Order: sequence, then structure tokens, then C-alpha cells
Amino acid sequence: MAPPAIEFKSVSKWFGTHQVLTDIDLAIAPGEVVVVCGPSGSGKSTLIRCVNGLEPFQRGDLVVLGESIGRPGVSMSALRTRVGMVFQSFNLFPHMTVLENITLAPVRVRGLSAAEAEKTARTLLERVRIPDKAENYPANLSGGQQQRVAIARALAMQPKIMLFDEPTSALDPEMINEVLDVMTDLAKEGMTMMVVTHEMGFARRVAHRVVFMDAGRVVEEATPEVFFAAAKSDRAKDFLSKILSH
Amino acid sequence: MNYQFNWSVLWSGQSGGWLLHGLLLTLAISVLAWVLAAVLGIVSGAMRTVPWKPLRVIATFYVEFFRNVPLLVWMFFWYFGVPPLLPRVVQDWLFNHSAEFWAGMFALGVYHGARMSEIIRAGILSIPRTQFEAAVAMGLTTFQVYRLIIVPIALRLIVPPATNDSLNLLKNSSVALTISVAELTFQARQVETYTAKAIEALTAGTVIYLVLCLGIAAIMTRVERRFAIPGLIARGG
Repeated sequence: MAPPAIEFKSVSKWFGTHQVLTDIDLAIAPGEVVVVCGPSGSGKSTLIRCVNGLEPFQRGDLVVLGESIGRPGVSMSALRTRVGMVFQSFNLFPHMTVLENITLAPVRVRGLSAAEAEKTARTLLERVRIPDKAENYPANLSGGQQQRVAIARALAMQPKIMLFDEPTSALDPEMINEVLDVMTDLAKEGMTMMVVTHEMGFARRVAHRVVFMDAGRVVEEATPEVFFAAAKSDRAKDFLSKILSH
Repeated sequence: MNYQFNWSVLWSGQSGGWLLHGLLLTLAISVLAWVLAAVLGIVSGAMRTVPWKPLRVIATFYVEFFRNVPLLVWMFFWYFGVPPLLPRVVQDWLFNHSAEFWAGMFALGVYHGARMSEIIRAGILSIPRTQFEAAVAMGLTTFQVYRLIIVPIALRLIVPPATNDSLNLLKNSSVALTISVAELTFQARQVETYTAKAIEALTAGTVIYLVLCLGIAAIMTRVERRFAIPGLIARGG
């Protein structure tokens, strides 16, 4: 069996004296799609942000693509070129066009020529189904379009892992599906994905595994079939009853 | 009132030439000082926001030191205080090459750099932290993030207050007359001394400053429109 793409080994994290992650053990295989869910404040965003070093942790180890990132001296910039991230608030750079947003890192970090980067960017825009928006500024796009650009921007670095931190939470309901569709395509192509989301329909259809967190711990992990039909813990049952009833 | 206006003193004799020289010197000292202030302001303003304490401390020291001493004192300091500390050759060279101009320019630049620094810092602080995160998450280094994302956005946001302080810089260049830089105010007073026509001479100075400042403000308005970030509150007119 191939080594895991991401492996948390007893990872613990504190914000001051408040412990936000407690002994997290979790391994994600290459090509696996894992949905992380749980009530707000459960530590799921913090967990995913540890993977590309946006959050440091104090104890344990985290191995990403064969590199232990808990140790000092690991080049975070190098690792981050192989781990793409999509945020809740899109975070496109407002002073750059869509094309400039997507080509920035390939040119500045990977050293691609502007022409090569632009070619890749246009292909990616086809893939996220907005080829005609290349010259627009982010402000002139809808939320769903902005988030698809953000996905294209992350993919432009040809990452091995994609992290999604509540990618549809800031979107109007009618735009959620256009983003989920792109993510579904990506999952089908075999991308390793870690997705924090409340979209249980997406979890059911696309995820290989659902991880349920509460109060900084992984309470339960199971295939979506098992998780949705027969969650074991009371906290997961309670969470599901709230989120699925509306 | 028995004051006899005589506006022709402004263009008869040497007056016109003096005022023109004064104008050119004011422009020269202001432009150079502005460039110095912009560089110092951007670098120190950015340094005050980085996640590395020694840089923040250095930049904070610069800002607090230079903005809290009157400009006039700085002019005297750089002109009378500093040169004696320099090697003899440098001193001789300086005093053969308008030491007062360089001292004045330097004082003006570092003083306004400290003020510009705070404006830049305010611009940077108004950018959501997630912009920084999104940029480093793509593998950019902190320096690249500042150079390509943070500073370019901040500069677009701070055009109005930066224009304000640039105009202050231009007007403050008149303080350099105290260390005998023959800039516009110096020359206006010279016209007054030679012609005994205070109102005419100072009116000429006033009008020239006014035209210069209005011109700069007009240019900056265009710059502001040209580089406005799409999607921020649209400006009318």
C-alpha cells in the first residue's frame, strides 16, 4: 500500500491555554477524498490549515507528501507548491485580473514563462467552465465564479493535494452546485482532497470517508454510507439531525 | 490706505529670474525628498506589519524617532550638526556642492518618510489577513507576498492620504530657507527685500505654491482613478 498523502500523528494544538486539537490521528491515502465535518468551533478548519502550515501545532507530527512539517527547517514554501488550498472567502487578489491571479504563482514560484502559464490558465478556466472571464477583475464575477477561479488558481500549481476550507459557505444557494460540480470532477480525476464542508449531499456522493470532529477531537470516521445511516456517537447523531433536518 | 500696488516689480529687474530659480529648487528638493520619503515609508511601513519582531522594532524606532521631532530641528541637525562629524574631504565636497540643499532634502525626506510609513501601515492593516494566507498558501515567500500583493494593494488604497502628505512635503520644503536653501519662499522674500513690495512678492509666492499643489492634486486624482481596485466603493465624478 502506498504511504499516506497526509498523516496526522497525535497532533495537538493550543491557542494560548485553550486546546483546539487533541491527539489527532488521521491518515489520508493518495487519491482519497475526505470530508471533515462537525459543529462550528470543533477544530475542523484548524485541522485542515495545519496541513499546509497556515497553523503551527505544538505537539505530535504531521507528514505531508513524505515530509514531516512539524520540524524546524522544513521549507513551507516548497511544500505549499504541492498543496493547493481554497478558502471560504475566495481570496482572489482584487487588483489583478482572473488570468493574473492564476498565472502569478506558476510564474513567480515555479518559474514558468508568462506564455506557458497563460496557456495552462486558459485550459483550467475551461475546466472550471468560465473560459470567457479571463480578463475580468474578481469584483466583476459572481461568488460562484470567483470560487471557481480560486480553484483554478490552486490547480495551476499542479498540486498533489487540494484542501478546501468551507468552499461553499459564503455562496448563495444557487451558486453552490456550480462549485461542487467542479470539485466532484476533481475528485473523479483522482485528486487527494480534504474538504471541510457542511454540504452533506456532496459528502454522500463524493467522499470516500467522512471524519466527524467535536471539541478538537476526531470523534468518528467512517464511509459516508455508514456515517449517514448509522453514526455511532451521540454527538454525531445530534449534529446530523440538526444539519439534515433543515 | 496709501499703499501703492506695483505688480511690475515681479517681472522687472531680477525678480522673475529669482522666482523661477526658487520654483525650480523647490521642485528639485521636493521631488528628491518625496522619492526618499516614499522608499522609506513603504519599506518601514511594510516592516511594521511583518511577522518578525526585530524588523518591526527597527521600523517602529524609525517612525517614532523621526516624526516626533520638529522638521525645523531636523533641518538644523542635518545642516549644522552632522557635517562636522564627517571626514574632512566629505565636508569640503559637501560645502562645494550645496550642502544646505542635501541636508534640507534629507531632513525633509526622512521626516515625511516617517509620516508616509504610518499611512502605508494603515493601508496594509486594512487588507484582510486571508489575502496574505491565500498568497503564502500558493508557495510565495513572505517577501514576494509583500512585493506582489500586499504593498500594491495598500498603495492603491492610500492615494488620498498620501496625496495629502505629499502636498505637506512640498509646502514644508519652505522650511529649508532657514538653512539658506534658495527655494521659492526664500526667493519671494528676496524680491520683497529688494523691491520693498511685500504684498506683491508674497502674493507671487502664494500663487505659485497654490498652482503647484492644485496641479499635483489633479494628477493624483487621475492616478487614483487609474489604479482604483475594481469592486471597492465606486467614486463619483
